[in-house]
Amino acid sequence: MNINFARRLFSALLLGTVARCWPWLLATGSATAHAADDAVNPDPFPQLARAITGGAPIRSGRVFIDTPRLADNGHSVPITVNVESAMTAQDFVRRITLVSESNPRPLIATFHLTPKSGRAEITTRIRLNKTQRVMALAELSDGTFWSSRAEVIVTESACLDAD
Amino acid sequence: MPARLNVPKEVKRGAVVPVRIAILHPMETGFRYDVDGRSIPKNVIHTLTCKFNGDIIFRADMGSGMAANPSVQFYFVAERSGELLFEWSDDVGQRGSERATLTVTE
Repeated sequence: MNINFARRLFSALLLGTVARCWPWLLATGSATAHAADDAVNPDPFPQLARAITGGAPIRSGRVFIDTPRLADNGHSVPITVNVESAMTAQDFVRRITLVSESNPRPLIATFHLTPKSGRAEITTRIRLNKTQRVMALAELSDGTFWSSRAEVIVTESACLDAD
Repeated sequence: MPARLNVPKEVKRGAVVPVRIAILHPMETGFRYDVDGRSIPKNVIHTLTCKFNGDIIFRADMGSGMAANPSVQFYFVAERSGELLFEWSDDVGQRGSERATLTVTE
């Protein structure tokens, strides 16, 4: 009798707790998880690219990144960046910057173009120290910044001691 | 510092020409250690410029995030024949240059 009562009480308490937590569990499952994640880890790129943008807003679009989804070696990851632009004297891409999310030095390289470039595209090879996102940032002649991101899975870091 | 250029010899006037350069350079990050545990100082090619008949047509500011033996491809519009001159320098002050001539046909 006594044990039975204790069991029922325990079950009731347990059920009550689950019932009360249920909406909260549902909510944290999806949308708020992202919000919480953003609050803990805000988008790092605007801060990383501050030396280039000077705090100007970065819009997404017009920039296309071509890089392998999986780079098994972070020592040398090929990347091509293409920017939609007429490349005329009035409207051209001034510079393309590659920014890494988690390399020890986030600014990988900046490429300065001119209207004579004809095509706003560069191809190079970069180092990545772990799986991360890479941002390509383009500054247009009108002073606006456009960007795109690509995630690259790196199975061997560029920051291990080689040779 | 040896480098390899990849530039077409002859192009049509007004064509968008791909130009590629690869330079032999370790691009030391400064994060590595030698066998005795001493830090290997950072040494990367920080600036690479390309001039066509004296006008700068391309510049790259590079950091340790560039892979060893940096290779860069870019484009430019050839309006007349001339000489492409690449110049670069690294953190210890070593400089290098490479030239290529480009003939523009009608």
